[in-house]
Amino acid sequence: MGSTLSEKVWERHVVRRAAGEPDLLYVDLHLIHEVTSPQAFEGLRLAKRRVRRADLTLATMDHNVPTNDEPAEDISARQIAAMARNAREFGVRCYPTGDPNQGIVHVISPQLGLTQPGMTIVCGDSHTSTHGALGALAWGIGTSEIEHVLATQTIAQTKPGTMAVTVEGMLPADCAAKDVILGIIARIGTAGGTGKVIEYRGAAIRALSMEGRLTICNMSIEGGARAGMVAPDDVTFAWLEGRPFAPKGGRWEEALVDWRSLATDAGASFDRDVAIDASTLRPYVTWGTNPAQSVTIDGAVPDPDALPADARESARRALQYQALAPGTAVRDIAVDAVFIGSCTNARLEDLRLASEVVRGRTVRSGVRALVVPGSMRVKADAEREGLDRIFRDAGFEWRDAGCSMCLGMNPDVLRPGERCASTSNRNFEGRQGPGGRTHLVSPAVAAATAIAGHFALPADL
Amino acid sequence: MRVVSGRALPLGRANVDTDQIIPSHWLKRIERTGYGPGLFEAWRKDPSFVLNDDRFRGASILIAGANFGSGSSREHAVWALQETGFRAVIAPTFADIFKSNAIKNGLVPVELRSDTVSRLLAAVEADPKTVITVDVALRTVAGPGVKASFPLTDFLQTQLLEGLDEIALTLRHEPDIAAYEAKRAEWLPRVR
Repeated sequence: MGSTLSEKVWERHVVRRAAGEPDLLYVDLHLIHEVTSPQAFEGLRLAKRRVRRADLTLATMDHNVPTNDEPAEDISARQIAAMARNAREFGVRCYPTGDPNQGIVHVISPQLGLTQPGMTIVCGDSHTSTHGALGALAWGIGTSEIEHVLATQTIAQTKPGTMAVTVEGMLPADCAAKDVILGIIARIGTAGGTGKVIEYRGAAIRALSMEGRLTICNMSIEGGARAGMVAPDDVTFAWLEGRPFAPKGGRWEEALVDWRSLATDAGASFDRDVAIDASTLRPYVTWGTNPAQSVTIDGAVPDPDALPADARESARRALQYQALAPGTAVRDIAVDAVFIGSCTNARLEDLRLASEVVRGRTVRSGVRALVVPGSMRVKADAEREGLDRIFRDAGFEWRDAGCSMCLGMNPDVLRPGERCASTSNRNFEGRQGPGGRTHLVSPAVAAATAIAGHFALPADL
Repeated sequence: MRVVSGRALPLGRANVDTDQIIPSHWLKRIERTGYGPGLFEAWRKDPSFVLNDDRFRGASILIAGANFGSGSSREHAVWALQETGFRAVIAPTFADIFKSNAIKNGLVPVELRSDTVSRLLAAVEADPKTVITVDVALRTVAGPGVKASFPLTDFLQTQLLEGLDEIALTLRHEPDIAAYEAKRAEWLPRVR
């Protein structure tokens, strides 16, 4: 017997437990952004309620902000203004556009050291699973739940199941964290983790940097999971120490003792176990319209008729939407756009990797290539290292922080029929703009693809 | 919301993500209403899309494939379905966040076995006037040749039947929240 990591964090946060009811959990950190929160604040206003713990709440603007000098269109400006007004009225700290701390909510919180092991973190965004990389239990919620958390600092939740994804062995040198998670989703499917919290374990996960772990936990939702977690270890502690909101002095020592206890007990069992040999992974490229529809870069677009019966219909629809013929080699697929950005892959390590690939090279003529740093801090750090020069010299646009072309809310969208190699997390129909065609890849593959004009590995250049 | 009884829209597709249900540009609105015209906006441009088929006009039940509502947490997806007149969605499985959002707004998520969903789809496609009845109190679905029960905890059933103010319910336990807060570790971060 024993408990898993997610069960331990869950149990620590139970405020109230009653038979036949979901547990009432305490929320250590509530992250807010401009798109899913206005209706929640309006609900508080109508009911004459206040924010219970503004000191455990942080807002920013990311989904719907321009990432260049163009002003936001009126309807977006109205939403951005509403975020600022709500933060002011309810006493919530907000990092607005133009602030050096502004950025994608899932990039700024870990970067500030607000995301810490053992915490519960919620946000009105499904990619809140990102924060599990530091051993926090973090999940996305809807607007009704946002209002509930604002008013009570708690959330009523049914206890999720547990799932272990264990990745042992050595990852091939040309594979990144993105390829690990795309490989996992290809195996478990888009609903493989439904109702569960995934704990990523094994030597290949331990060997990843914090940035890599953030990428993996980020896409847990693409496997249907409530949340994803990695047990905190020395990589986590070294990454956290000294960050603005990390504990200091004696409190750091106290926290460390506690954090070291946050691991799944040896005798604990999971509701589902998946084992993957890292050495079998390759760089992945999605061909379809859900994140499980992928092949390795050495592969070809599959023939729907050769797929399992229950996957055929959606594969046919996907290939029609993506305008791809079965049997086409992945490397023969040309792209119109390359997007390096999003809460999945726009941290400093991602930009460093991509810049190494494009250094001294030129983006293929006719390809629109965009780098959108995950936060203004990432942008500033990258500029200090001269990465902006490398990207600009190669022909990339170098933007301000935001979600940008990951979800196509701001003017950064694909035109109908355009094909994009994207480091983001969703290849749904129209995700990057109506009629746009998205292929999910790692930063290294995105960078090499921008240079080659078709899907490529850095080694192909 | 005790009983939803009416005609159904046979969507059928699996992995219907919330970007399809309501595309992101609709999320620029700061209101809770005005999303109906955005429902399945891209698919609706195809004249043969089932939502454009007059025979199914007025349907109050949507029948879909597995993993309905996957992807983004946007509650707008539920609002758009409700504004279009849907009161229940029948599918083999739902994505977690969508299901929770649905219940909080009184849209009934009905999980049935795949073969049962297929039978209902076939019946509705064969006769668009087919009436399906979802009874929340009994946790049953009835249609031509189909009588099935669906899973729903007592707690969620009460939420759907009574539509209570959850925040008010939680605030009745305010002393428990305050007691918990008094015990939280000192090192935990505060934004201010």
